[in-house]
Amino acid sequence: MAELKTVGKGMRKKDAMNLLLGKPAFTEDVTPRDCLVVKVLRSPHAHALIRSIRTDLALKVPGMVAVYTYADVPQNRYTNAGQTYPEPSPHDRLILDRRVRFVGDAVAILAGETEQAVDKAMKLVKVDYEVLPAVLDPHTAKDNPILVHPEADWQALCPVGADNKRNLVASETCGDGDVEAVLADCDVVVDHVWHTKACQQAMMETFRTYTEIDPYGRLHVISSTQIVFHVRRILSIALGIPKSKIHVEKPRIGGGFGAKQTSVSEVYPAFVTWKTGRPARIVYSRRECQIAGSPRHEMEVHVRLGADKDGRIRALDVYTLSNSGAYSEHGPTTVGLSGHKSIPLYTGSLEAFRFGYDVVYTNVQAAGAYRGYGATQGIFAVESAVNELADRLGIDPVKLREQNMVREGMIMPAYYNEPANACALDRCMARCKELFHWEEKFPVRDMGNGKVRAAGVAMAMQGSGISGVDVGSATVKLSDDGSYNLIIGAADMGTGCDTILAQMVAECMDCDLDNVAVFGADSDASPYDSGSYASSTTYVTGKAVEKACQQLKEQLCTLAAESLGCTPAELEFTGKAVRRCDGTAQISLAELAVKSQCANNTAVQVTATHSSPVSPPPFMVGMVEIELDKETGSVTVLDYKAVVDCGTPINPNLARVQTEGGIVQGIGMALYEDVSYTDKGRIRGDSFLQYKIPTRLDMGHLQVEFESSYEPTGPFGAKSIGEIVINTPSPALAQAIYRASGVWVRELPITPEKILLGMRAKAE
Amino acid sequence: MLTIKRYVRAQSLDEAYTLCQKRANVVLGGMLWLKTQNRTVDTAIDLSDLGLDAIEETPDAFRIGAMVTLRQLEQHPGLDALTCGALAESVRPIVGVQFRNLATLGGSLYGRFGFSDLLTLFLVLDAAVELHHGGTVPLADYAARPYERDILTHVVVPKQPGRVAYRAQRNIATDIPVLTCAVAVRPDGVNCAIGARPMKAQLYPGDASLLAGGITPRSADAFGESIAAQVPFGSNLRAGADYRRAVCPVLVRRALLACKEEA
Amino acid sequence: MEIQLKLNGRPVRDSIDADTLLIDFVRAHGCASVKRGCETSNCGLCTVLLDGKPVLSCSVLAARADGHEVQTLEGLQAEAEAFVGFIADQGAEQCGFCNPGYVMNTIALLRENPDPTDDEIRAYLAGNLCRCSGYEGQLRGIRAFLNTRNQAKEENDRG
Repeated sequence: MAELKTVGKGMRKKDAMNLLLGKPAFTEDVTPRDCLVVKVLRSPHAHALIRSIRTDLALKVPGMVAVYTYADVPQNRYTNAGQTYPEPSPHDRLILDRRVRFVGDAVAILAGETEQAVDKAMKLVKVDYEVLPAVLDPHTAKDNPILVHPEADWQALCPVGADNKRNLVASETCGDGDVEAVLADCDVVVDHVWHTKACQQAMMETFRTYTEIDPYGRLHVISSTQIVFHVRRILSIALGIPKSKIHVEKPRIGGGFGAKQTSVSEVYPAFVTWKTGRPARIVYSRRECQIAGSPRHEMEVHVRLGADKDGRIRALDVYTLSNSGAYSEHGPTTVGLSGHKSIPLYTGSLEAFRFGYDVVYTNVQAAGAYRGYGATQGIFAVESAVNELADRLGIDPVKLREQNMVREGMIMPAYYNEPANACALDRCMARCKELFHWEEKFPVRDMGNGKVRAAGVAMAMQGSGISGVDVGSATVKLSDDGSYNLIIGAADMGTGCDTILAQMVAECMDCDLDNVAVFGADSDASPYDSGSYASSTTYVTGKAVEKACQQLKEQLCTLAAESLGCTPAELEFTGKAVRRCDGTAQISLAELAVKSQCANNTAVQVTATHSSPVSPPPFMVGMVEIELDKETGSVTVLDYKAVVDCGTPINPNLARVQTEGGIVQGIGMALYEDVSYTDKGRIRGDSFLQYKIPTRLDMGHLQVEFESSYEPTGPFGAKSIGEIVINTPSPALAQAIYRASGVWVRELPITPEKILLGMRAKAE
Repeated sequence: MLTIKRYVRAQSLDEAYTLCQKRANVVLGGMLWLKTQNRTVDTAIDLSDLGLDAIEETPDAFRIGAMVTLRQLEQHPGLDALTCGALAESVRPIVGVQFRNLATLGGSLYGRFGFSDLLTLFLVLDAAVELHHGGTVPLADYAARPYERDILTHVVVPKQPGRVAYRAQRNIATDIPVLTCAVAVRPDGVNCAIGARPMKAQLYPGDASLLAGGITPRSADAFGESIAAQVPFGSNLRAGADYRRAVCPVLVRRALLACKEEA
Repeated sequence: MEIQLKLNGRPVRDSIDADTLLIDFVRAHGCASVKRGCETSNCGLCTVLLDGKPVLSCSVLAARADGHEVQTLEGLQAEAEAFVGFIADQGAEQCGFCNPGYVMNTIALLRENPDPTDDEIRAYLAGNLCRCSGYEGQLRGIRAFLNTRNQAKEENDRG
């Protein structure tokens, strides 16, 4: 293969300087200030029926334009989940419903000329609630007589085991081999339950959407979203208007991490604009993001891991109870990853596995998609079980993994029987061990003053897109001066996919990155793309880019053949020109482009689409060193080393920062980010004052390296990077803390209080 | 949401005092805590024009204006020397530089917040507050009082020999503390304050006789236990009473030993 | 009420409400770089310089800025350009929403302490949250800028 010029280089992001210099780029910066202010009145109760609702006083406030209640909205149930239709998430929502299902659920939509008017009116909407008993404990949700969705028009479009009469969003069991028999035959069985919370993505830009009626009478939606096409469909169903009447685009997005893979904010201003004909905008407060966003699914993962004395891991039995909250978004799909992306890590020696789950409705904030998407929760449990096994057997946890891990060429029964075509997990482990100085750092070291240092390790995998579902597309066209336009429907949410995909164009078309302009994402102008989620963009859309470039080169040769008086087969594309293979004549790209604009019947534009029947997993190893203050339980993260196999890193700088960002989010989930409720179901951490995400003083030093494999089905050998990177901190930190304290904390976050009181309880 | 109907930059303390007699009016400090509240303020009274943003040094004391920011305190060499660095240590973990450039000493002490790092430290400094009408009041007394309608104009910290140390327990950097502890070791005895219990900071005597033979790891530990035995602890989002009870003697011991090391 | 202040060097006079916050005032006057990320003074996205000092514009009444000088990133482009390219070279800008606040506070840091250590950088910027980058790349960028600048200075001094 020829040496790559642009792919594999740490190029600057195309929008980097404008972002760093604070140029207007985000929804609130680029939409008119002069529009209706939209806000949502939210339920103070976890479960209630609205007996009556009075809006007349609110409407009398000067400047108020509209107050909508459940009586005003279409009666089409839908889901906010940004997934390919028919969505696996049952259709269980109305824009506004008479039944409110969590503290924060929407009760009324208010629109006014100014924020002051809307705030004032908000206090004057009088709601009489019939407060109902709520389902707050996921353990008691299944078959509870209190139903979160008793309505007759609730509908599951896919067979996911959902049943609203049982509070079930999904339920399934699968397996391979006889787990009970193998477990019975094992020398050791580790059997525990691990619990993770409904952590918030906490992207810096909250949910926000602007809507207006365009000159054609269509609904024009400018929103901070990862999924312009899904938003178009969701709005179409919710509002009961044709998709042809809706145009959705996204400007720059201030972070998403999956939160914006759910259509959280779009419907409110869209409804206002559709009803009033006036431009409208909603900007979520941080509090709304915290209480009515789309956080990670709380899960309890029960693992039974069976092994022989010599460390051979023979059986894994995983059962996950997932809390979907009041609505179904991403409930049926996230849970699958808790088993399907944890168990296959041990394909090396596994004789049998079973994976079962229940996903339940409860009366708390609905969960959604958050980076890692269930794999994070499952990997915390399974990797912790493996670390506990290592401890029980007295085997070094790195050696134990080397003995059992999945390796290149293996078929992974727990991963839909996909082969590990490209897998450098073994090299990741070897390199990380070396980089981290594992042999030195794994032993617990007493530093004096009650401080001890210790280390932990974990492996992870994820997928690259959703196999057989996700669709990526790219349009590449030649412009007058010989430069290219790349038009995509995938959404750059800061990760840099605009630049990464442009790097692929530059590589394929043998030009400078500056010669490729990127546009996206826009449901009218972009070719169809499922959107940026499920670690799909580089792998799936990237392949579409590669295909489009290949076809464009062929078309350029066809067009050049007319000018050069030969057949396309006699021509070759050189990057700057198309020339005859014998070197006797050529036409420059700029000339070709100009020619294409006069008396021409050959398009110099190609749209290609790609979908993959497989979802090749990236792999990763993370190692952490901590210092524990044994007298206070405080944990200081000193050092985090990670080695990742994402196939070919298309842009190593961006891949590195993805990894670092994911690790710090993972540290936040492991140590700091707590979600607790009052006995009435109200979330206590409803602000950045109470919900603490890591600052730059909380993450120690990070170092990331890549051990690349070459994925044959990916563009330039690439797999994915976006999600896997959040998966190792929880199990690695739990192990390091155990090593330092003697206490396994199996519920996140692992706070100083849990550690210190755990140590005291153990001492007694 | 905070609503303010009228804003007045007071031109004299008397004007500010008169305005603040109305229940619906509020004196602005850094406005950081006020801003998170859901209330309607009739008149917001700003003291910015009254020259209360200076730290004056006299032969016996530092007199600190109520509008002096946390950042000014953090960077003041005289206060740094007097508190053996404890003052900077107490404010440095408070959110960030931009926050500390706004938050004021007056606002922090007037608020008498449970989580206040500064209240904890200033208690062991034997500070007094000057009220425009109420005169000079020892901080320990002031802290115990209900909110009054007076203007806190200055905080006076006497210069006295001895060593000071500050320790706080936080779940995560820059967060509100789970427990705070300040200790001053003076020729005439030891001052110890515990705050964020989560109730507001108070001075606790402990059993001073335990330190009669000098500050050693063992005596400091015993003294810490004697303090913890006197302190009522509670629970909140950040930790439970049992955890606070467990950490309290550790912070006291460490602060005491720090005073000794520095001596 | 009416206020007058200097915004990025230009006098601005406008009528405001008593509870108008400085962040909303400057955004209404064309400074879209100033972002809001929370309601509890915790994120640092809204950092502006008030009389040269970095403050949270979400927590300052516009009325309090009457008669004072306010600077946003719109007014400090050249000072920012001196170092932000080094952050771009790390890919650490990511989504960009926290960038203006973080860049403003870095400007304040470098004015106060032109040659900070890594720990001093971390401490000064602790009030600037970022959810994308994991912070390490931001630090590498600033470090690369300082090293390059110091090296150039050394060569200058020698030559």
